[in-house]
Amino acid sequence: MNALQIKKGATKHSAYNLRPTFSEIEERHTLAVLVENEPGVLARVIGLFSGRGYNIESLTVAEVDHTGHLSRITIVTKGTPQVIEQIKAQLGRIIPVHEVHDLTVEGPSVERELAMMKVVCGGDKRVEALRLADIFRANVVDTTLHSFIFELTGAPEKIDAFADLMRPLGLSELARTGVAALSRGE
Amino acid sequence: MKREMTGAKMVVQALKDQGVDTIFGYPGGAALPIYDEIFQQNDIRHILVRHEQGAVHAAEGYARSTGKVGVVLVTSGPGATNTVTGLTDALLDSIPILVITAQVPTFLIGSDAFQEADTVGITRPCTKHNWLVKDTDALSGVIHEAFHVATHGRPGPVLIDLPKDVQFATGNYEPPKPSTSHYQPRVKGDMEEITELVAAIEKAKRPVFYTGGGVINSGPAASQLLTELVDATGIPVTSTLMGLGAYPASGKNWLGMLGMHGLYEANLAMHGCDLMINIGARFDDRITGRIDAFSPKSIKAHIDIDPSSINKVIKTDIPIVGDVAHVLEDILKVWKSRGRKTDAEALVKWHRQIDEWRKVNCLAYKPSETSIKPQYALERLEALTKDRKDRFITTEVGQHQMWAAQFLGFEQPNHWMTSGGLGTMGYGFPASIGVQMGNPDALVINVAGEASWLMNMQEMGTAVQYRLPVKQFILNNERLGMVRQWQELLHGERYSQSWSEALPDFVKLAEAFGAKGILCKDPKDLDDAIMEMINHDGPVIFDCLVEKHENCLPMIPSGKAHNEILLGDAQTQGAIDTKGSVLV
Repeated sequence: MNALQIKKGATKHSAYNLRPTFSEIEERHTLAVLVENEPGVLARVIGLFSGRGYNIESLTVAEVDHTGHLSRITIVTKGTPQVIEQIKAQLGRIIPVHEVHDLTVEGPSVERELAMMKVVCGGDKRVEALRLADIFRANVVDTTLHSFIFELTGAPEKIDAFADLMRPLGLSELARTGVAALSRGE
Repeated sequence: MKREMTGAKMVVQALKDQGVDTIFGYPGGAALPIYDEIFQQNDIRHILVRHEQGAVHAAEGYARSTGKVGVVLVTSGPGATNTVTGLTDALLDSIPILVITAQVPTFLIGSDAFQEADTVGITRPCTKHNWLVKDTDALSGVIHEAFHVATHGRPGPVLIDLPKDVQFATGNYEPPKPSTSHYQPRVKGDMEEITELVAAIEKAKRPVFYTGGGVINSGPAASQLLTELVDATGIPVTSTLMGLGAYPASGKNWLGMLGMHGLYEANLAMHGCDLMINIGARFDDRITGRIDAFSPKSIKAHIDIDPSSINKVIKTDIPIVGDVAHVLEDILKVWKSRGRKTDAEALVKWHRQIDEWRKVNCLAYKPSETSIKPQYALERLEALTKDRKDRFITTEVGQHQMWAAQFLGFEQPNHWMTSGGLGTMGYGFPASIGVQMGNPDALVINVAGEASWLMNMQEMGTAVQYRLPVKQFILNNERLGMVRQWQELLHGERYSQSWSEALPDFVKLAEAFGAKGILCKDPKDLDDAIMEMINHDGPVIFDCLVEKHENCLPMIPSGKAHNEILLGDAQTQGAIDTKGSVLV
């Protein structure tokens, strides 16, 4: 995938919609931030969130363009419309940040997360765990006589739902990657 | 053209190629290779400060007064950590400076080596950008990029951390070339928004320009364009602390400074206007007071090069992202092409209203024949120096700073240097050294309080060593005046830790450094003493003993609106209510 092909900013003026939308209602937004993959760039982004008191619900990062040394950071954050606009503007101020996209407002997008769950159980519970895994299309990636590790990909809500079902069956460990997201269409 | 040289030589070469002729610094173990190169050339003058914080403030004063980038060179560890206050100061006031910090060799990084500190980690939140250079081949490119970043977009401080082995190693030097950086902030404003603003100007009945440091940062052309626009439209103009001098104080549309200690007429004009045009200011809390009562009936336009300034605090109706000079040029063009229209009748009425507010004479104070009122001292300083076009003023932070902003008039940009955003006590003296370095024949006066001045008094050594005739005009009330004022207003006159005992004899202190000291305590002697200070060819410490319990007024107490401003004869007891008391 070529990371540079993501659409430019959503409005005709700039990447930021500067017309105010002051409201007290908190919204959940998924931001895709394209950054130069240089030392400290993640610290700059995280430092911005902690320094200015913004929320991070989830954050994933990996290099997506090896020749251009660009990484894509996907951040899920929560805030009033004014705070969300500030977050985007503040991200845009960071020198190694090339592009900031608000996938939540720039049209439809797909969000996926990968989770691994260790479930320790026996007897009927073991059968039930496997049956539920089948329904959720989770894969078994490790097994012993007393445990499974399930691998599951999906929207965060699907992973929450599967984890809730596994908990009474003996969920002992849970690892999640955080959200990766792309806008739909070309 | 590529040339091989050591990293240390590259630093000096790159600075020369960037047009740097003055740097401020302090050597130490990790910086020695660069200092060795500085020793072997004559193009760049190095000013040895007495503390690294002083070097950064001096570079800020140099940058602010010359429009060039101020450059600082310090060693690793404590040398680097001592620059943090200055870097934060420059970040908040958008001053372009480059700080080069030496670092322990790359192979010792992370080992808690002697004088090692995680400089890029520590300074990440207080620089616009910073770099740790681990490869000598990359060094010249990083230095040129650093100048680009410091001066483009909203200016700010940048830092390069340079390990000692990278300074010793040899690499390819590349001279500056047109920037290929992806960092190219837009300077032209959106024409649709500009036209919308012009249409609003044509219709406005009570418009006001609210200008800030961004006008100064945009360069002298921005100040000229502002003056042209203000005088052509006849719209009154007020400015923040950082923007003083962009529009001349003698101009007929000048309202004076606004904000917490701003003028009554300026703050009431802001409160009562129907169109507010913010040019290069950022709705700082010293300006807005209570947000929900801030200029409730106005359309707000905001011109700023930094998109994050827009809608950060105050909802903006007409946002224009761009460089002030570029945007003002377009506004003038559009306004002229549409027939230079304003609602002249309404403007006459608006000016008449403002004249009514002006009659309140908000800067009035009770004169005294026996003691020097700080306001009187500044009035006399203004009277005796205002005709000098080469007068530069720096200040420390506190009451004296606000009085200086109220009582001194600035006719041109870049002649007023003060710590606005961070409010750094100890800024003014080293800044005055930087200003004097950039303007060798000018009259540079640091208006100070005795407490602030003591915070960086070691720089007397620098002033004397380089024969810099900086005038330290200290309004000495033997108090932390602004702290004392707040304690009077808010904390039942319990003056906790806000007076200075065991102050030095400033005349003897000056003499101990080999400078001149002047003591003045009688208002009758003041004029002669000020002239003696100005006429002395060398650094002077002027110890002006002033009234000890004078309050700085007008004042908009924290948590209050612009129209709740306190005036000189107001009852100040309990002026800040419990809701306001949590604010600063």
